[in-house]
Amino acid sequence: VTAESTVEGLLRELAPQVLAALTRRFGTFETAEDAVQEALLAAATQWPEQGIPESPRGWLITVGSRRLTDQLRSDLARARRETAAAALLPPIELVAPAADEDLPSDEDDTLTLLFLCCHPALSPASQVALTLRAVGGLTTAQIAQAFFVPEATMAQRISRAKQSIKAAGARFGMPPEHERAERLAVVLHVLYLIFNEGYTTSSGTELQDQELTSEAIRIARDLHRLLPDEGEVSGLLALMLLTDARRPARTTADGSLVPLAEQDRALWHADAIQEGVALITDTLSRAQLGPYQLQAAIAAVHDEAARAEDTDWRQIVVLYELLARIAPNPMVTLNQAVAVAMVDGPRAGLDVLATLDEDDRIAGHHRLDAVRAHLLEMAGDIAGAGERYRAAARRTTSIPERRYLESRAARLGDGGGVDR
Amino acid sequence: MSSRPSHLEFDPMKFVVLIYSNPTTWAEMPAAERDRALGVHFKLIKELTESGEMIRVDGLNDPMATKTIRTQGGVPVVTDGPYGEAKEFLAGVWAIDVESMDRALEIAKPVAEYDTVEVRALMDLGGMEM
Repeated sequence: VTAESTVEGLLRELAPQVLAALTRRFGTFETAEDAVQEALLAAATQWPEQGIPESPRGWLITVGSRRLTDQLRSDLARARRETAAAALLPPIELVAPAADEDLPSDEDDTLTLLFLCCHPALSPASQVALTLRAVGGLTTAQIAQAFFVPEATMAQRISRAKQSIKAAGARFGMPPEHERAERLAVVLHVLYLIFNEGYTTSSGTELQDQELTSEAIRIARDLHRLLPDEGEVSGLLALMLLTDARRPARTTADGSLVPLAEQDRALWHADAIQEGVALITDTLSRAQLGPYQLQAAIAAVHDEAARAEDTDWRQIVVLYELLARIAPNPMVTLNQAVAVAMVDGPRAGLDVLATLDEDDRIAGHHRLDAVRAHLLEMAGDIAGAGERYRAAARRTTSIPERRYLESRAARLGDGGGVDR
Repeated sequence: MSSRPSHLEFDPMKFVVLIYSNPTTWAEMPAAERDRALGVHFKLIKELTESGEMIRVDGLNDPMATKTIRTQGGVPVVTDGPYGEAKEFLAGVWAIDVESMDRALEIAKPVAEYDTVEVRALMDLGGMEM
């Protein structure tokens, strides 16, 4: 473990605490957020060389406060120049920090910040960016890199997100009780998006790909610790663990995708599977059922099969039926069709798929073509399967998916793809 | 609690907006109208930059200054000038990062007032195993 990675881990942990302290003290989330970012950057360059200060949090709060005070002073000076009424403004000393102010618990702070960053007034892209910066402690440059956009674009997105929070009149505090469930659902969705982005991306450097998934899992762990009785929080954490466990097997060295049925299961992370299975088993026995729990349960059934042919597809079909009932969605139907095909044969699966043909949300989506191709191949309709694989390959915007789909189509041409 | 387990409704994508112009259309337009029409572009660019959706904006030089390279008999041959009989030329390229194709089209529509606009998705390296 290098000095840099120790410092980076510490800074990520402290970021939300410091931000909450400064926001409470100065009363403005937007400016406090900028000040924390500057303090984090200063620490990231100074600490590895000069050593970690005795009270890292105190150091960050002091540096952040100084930036904020400078900022407020200059704002105030401008206000004084611009208006005679400036005389009525409070002297800066009134908002300047006391050195050793008592802080509320860090737990509440992380939760409050998550709710604020995932405010419903923001677009999902903005919620994601702001959460990674304010709660995750990532720099704008790191977030920009993870999403393959220029730093200026990401900076603009974050700044707009903060303006929207301000415009929505959101305050630094827990949402009212009657909004809590709905707001928590948004927080979970944002963590899910962060995880997914990291999981599906292959930038070529493993370290960079893992950044987002690890961050999503870390925040989900925090959230689970704070809200141990929220079944969907546990469900999402379990889903992430059980999905991420398969990461080493999902691509080959050259970046090609390996379908679940062909993955080398010896490469899966046994520890993460064990943890995820234990978590979802416990949760299902005591919490109100929800979509993340069901998806985690499905992932657990896959992960527990020693070989692909040992998969308990009957159980998966039942779980998808439940999922389709409580959270109907064309993507769920797609996966359900595959499961049904594994139990009752490809024609039964194709019948399930047919229900999607009139659904505008998925018509023309490459995943529909890809699943249909797969089921047609199982049914022995080689010409039909080839046509659908090629249609899916043209429609996807993912280079690895296109390569995979084209290889499936080519394999059919050789007459070798019927039984797997 | 209503969770949204699929990212179907949020499928962030990068697109290029390719703007094909007929130089004559713009040259023959009254100055006031040209200013108004270009003003629509500039306003849009500013809005997209501020919202963090704009990745990059480029305008292309006049087609007269174009060089075309074609390999003939295994040798790359450079010729002057625009391509064939075309009346419209690629005049601008925007790169945007938005939530959906629908959003990309919403952005591109006002740009098409006097030009032909193509919206094309960029390929990316992410992928789901199937």
